[in-house]
Amino acid sequence: MGKLNVGVYWAASCGGCDVAILDIHEKVLKVKEACDFFLWPIAMDFKYADVEALPDKHLDLVLFNGAVRNSENKHLAELLRKKSKLLVAFGSCAHTGGIPALANFTTKQGIFERAYLTSDSTDNPQKVIPKTKVKVPEGELTIPEFFERVFALDQVVDVDYYVPGCPPNPERIWEVLAAVVTGAPLPPKGSVIGAGTKALCDTCERKRTGDKKITGFKRVATTDWDPEVCFLDQGLVCLGPCTRDGCGLQCVQHSNMPCRGCYGLPPDISDQGAKMIAALGSLIDAKDPEEIARIAGELPDQAGYYYRFSAAAGLLERRKA
Amino acid sequence: MSEPRIVAFLCHWCSYTGADLAGTARIKYSPNVRIIRVMCSGRIEPQFLLKALREGADGVLVCGCHPGDCHYHEGNYKCLRRFLMLRQMLGQYGIEEGRLRLEWVSASEGDRFAKLADEFTEQIRALGPLGGRAAFVEGTQQGGTSWAS
Amino acid sequence: MKTVVVDPITRLEGHGKITLFLGDDGELKNAYFQIPELRGFEKFLEGRPVEEAPRIVPRICGVCPACHHMASGKAVDAVYGVEIPPTAKKLRELFFMGEYIHSHVAHFYALAAPDFVLGPGSEKAKRHILGIVDKVGLEIGGKVLTFRKHGHEIMKAVGGKCTHPVYNVPGGVSRPLTGEQRDAVEKMARECVELAKFSLQLFEDVVLKNKAYLDIITGPAYKLEVHNMGLVDEKNRVNFYDGKVRVTDVQGKQIAKYAPHEYLQHVAEHVEEFSYLKYPYLKKFGWKGFVEGAASGVYRATPLSRLNAADGMATPLAQAEYKRMFDTLGKPCNLTLATHWARLIELLYSCERAVELATDPQITDKHVRNVPTKTPHEGVGIVEAQRGTLTHHYVTDEKGIIRKANLIVGTTNNNAAITMSIKKAAQHLVQKGKPVGEDVLNMIEMAFRAYDPCFSCATHSLPGHFPMEVTVVGPGGEVLQVLERS
Ligand code: SF4
Ligand code: SF4
Ligand code: SF4
Ligand code: FES
Repeated sequence: MGKLNVGVYWAASCGGCDVAILDIHEKVLKVKEACDFFLWPIAMDFKYADVEALPDKHLDLVLFNGAVRNSENKHLAELLRKKSKLLVAFGSCAHTGGIPALANFTTKQGIFERAYLTSDSTDNPQKVIPKTKVKVPEGELTIPEFFERVFALDQVVDVDYYVPGCPPNPERIWEVLAAVVTGAPLPPKGSVIGAGTKALCDTCERKRTGDKKITGFKRVATTDWDPEVCFLDQGLVCLGPCTRDGCGLQCVQHSNMPCRGCYGLPPDISDQGAKMIAALGSLIDAKDPEEIARIAGELPDQAGYYYRFSAAAGLLERRKA
Repeated sequence: MSEPRIVAFLCHWCSYTGADLAGTARIKYSPNVRIIRVMCSGRIEPQFLLKALREGADGVLVCGCHPGDCHYHEGNYKCLRRFLMLRQMLGQYGIEEGRLRLEWVSASEGDRFAKLADEFTEQIRALGPLGGRAAFVEGTQQGGTSWAS
Repeated sequence: MKTVVVDPITRLEGHGKITLFLGDDGELKNAYFQIPELRGFEKFLEGRPVEEAPRIVPRICGVCPACHHMASGKAVDAVYGVEIPPTAKKLRELFFMGEYIHSHVAHFYALAAPDFVLGPGSEKAKRHILGIVDKVGLEIGGKVLTFRKHGHEIMKAVGGKCTHPVYNVPGGVSRPLTGEQRDAVEKMARECVELAKFSLQLFEDVVLKNKAYLDIITGPAYKLEVHNMGLVDEKNRVNFYDGKVRVTDVQGKQIAKYAPHEYLQHVAEHVEEFSYLKYPYLKKFGWKGFVEGAASGVYRATPLSRLNAADGMATPLAQAEYKRMFDTLGKPCNLTLATHWARLIELLYSCERAVELATDPQITDKHVRNVPTKTPHEGVGIVEAQRGTLTHHYVTDEKGIIRKANLIVGTTNNNAAITMSIKKAAQHLVQKGKPVGEDVLNMIEMAFRAYDPCFSCATHSLPGHFPMEVTVVGPGGEVLQVLERS
């Protein structure tokens, strides 16, 4: 089999996904043997014009990381869809919106006002707000349009596969690349690859006390927890029940911290929040509506916990103002 | 305004039988309420409610057996806990609490169900339409695979 | 008027975009540097429990996530008014040194070194990290990879998760360090000290002993006289994790020294219509525009400015190098390209400090957290990010839910200075009547790159140069010349 033409691109991304690819360390060289990289801004030079000049479907595989936050991100997503055979939403941001999509619970106007008008250190008596087109004495300057909300990649273009994680675990990245490179039969379109097929709880090694029941929620801020016992058993929110396994238990085991769901939904579930509420509903030990409301009230920001990484791809979106 | 669209999830053993009774007893109630029967209110997944709202319901009604009467012991309590948590969370999406309601209805309470249906319809009418996908922020209605599933 | 657009220059939470406007006579009229991206963290932190902030903010940047994690963690401690145990403080700093090591190594070898080791005039196709490996040999190339990996591994051993850490909790850290982990960290840190020494030697041999390079460094195109900012300890020595922010002026005189919670008295941010990124400046002088000098509010927060703003380094080897640099170049040093030298001195410091911390008898102590008990309210946390002083400020309600967040991110501090450095370099190069050539691009690139603006491409770019496209547009709007760099 000949070498694969591969591209890696970042949209509204923190760069961590690209760092993760480099973190396959020595295996980068193996990848280099099997692939010709046509674009990878972190590791090599490229120009938009070069990508535009490629014949359609020239790239065998494009790993697209970052969410779609502005008009430029969208343009590149469309361009790369046209130029690629397989387009992969790589990392939480491209998969489900990621952290940037927490902005979907607020408005563009709110973001601009905070950033440019009301933030404590901003001094802006003229109330200047950045504009997409600005006349300066010497000519005109342009910047991309900031969208009202953040989109996951598949909300703007057709996507073939998804690799979850913020960032994806380097070891799994290698598995994905190796599979494509060796020409192994590919899973059906739309599959999540580079991750497990169970819920994180099914692989977690923290001790569980059989029949869990909690009478209230605790906060990481003010709790001293047992480093060996399941977080949920201790009343601390952990997204294990509504998160796909495959990260290598980075938070729950190696860092002694509860999961926040970056690996996205396990199979056969369509919304992380709905699944988490289902799980918590079985766990809370109360029958009285007032008592239940009190316990629920101890979780101040349900949406912010459950959709920490998937706010762009939940079943619902914030209503228009 | 257009007529309110209401989806009601009813448990098979008590509430659905109650609604059925209203029907056979020819007690008239709001035609806006579309009933979905489930075996037990404890079987109502929170995602059903989210899907209903997304697909155009202006309000969602959930009914189960009275406390102590659930045929699967405590399904209705589980339902209650999920319901309350979900309703609280939906405030963060800009969805009013009044669009979701949970009531216990027994097999013999046909007239009570009818009254509840009428009352809830008026409650939703007062809140106005939610409008399904189009109600949510720009762009979501164009859909993608995440939304299509 | 001719327009030269360089887009994308590279990424800083998005792309950077440079536009040079040339007059009809071919002279530079003005230069603009734009950041076309915004994500709104300050807004969407609102309503979130404050202890979640240290897990959210690292996503501002995947290259320096630990900086955000640290500044945020300190801000949260302040919100809860909790003093963290001494061991927790040392562990956080040790974790942080890991990031300094891998970030500074990547920047020096992948970005800075190609220009100097291979020479600014060398064949473009070879001016990248692999070219360096060719020149210095595979053995050294391997050393560099080990060096970077050690940085990562130190972070992993200490904090469990490295890109987007979850280690800081209010009042301390999430787990103690085991003896076994400590041993591994010490071994790596010791190797790192040797590698840092080697890197400085390389810089000495290749750059400092070469008159042509020294001339470039000291030339007028790369000189920028602005104020300097950096975090210092109680003896005014450079510190990355803790201390007070010290600001010195163009002559080296201290003009401000403030504790984190006082930052609003000293720094403000200016907004321009053409960029999504704001321009911080010193309040004392006000925003006077993109101008140099003692009366301007523009300052820099870079490795060089940290060294300028301090009186020395807290570890012996780094201190010796510090002295040598300023003996050679004078202090304060306003030569933008000397930032590379300063960065290596900081690298050596980070490695030495990592050894100090790893061998501290307290480091494996099990008491690594004081659980907060006070009512949360408001807090500011400041650390030195690799690319500049990083400030996180949160205000919460009595339940610890964020009501207001304000962030001044590392690279943002340098937004005005970067703009000015680009303009200056271009001014010295764009010549009347001559077409804009590759040399212009490289000059601009070198000015820009010295700041190591915080985006992955800058620190991890293997070829060591930015993608650039320059379009020269004639007075009638016709494209006269397109320059592409590949
Ligand atoms: S998924 Fe995470 S690591 Fe990847 S770009 Fe988004 S924030 Fe960064
Ligand atoms: S809830 Fe969290 S701690 Fe408990 S088993 Fe699941 S993943 Fe592990
Ligand atoms: S434990 Fe959860 S949040 Fe942490 S890396 Fe794994 S999936 Fe992501
Ligand atoms: S059977 Fe009616 S609620 Fe369980």
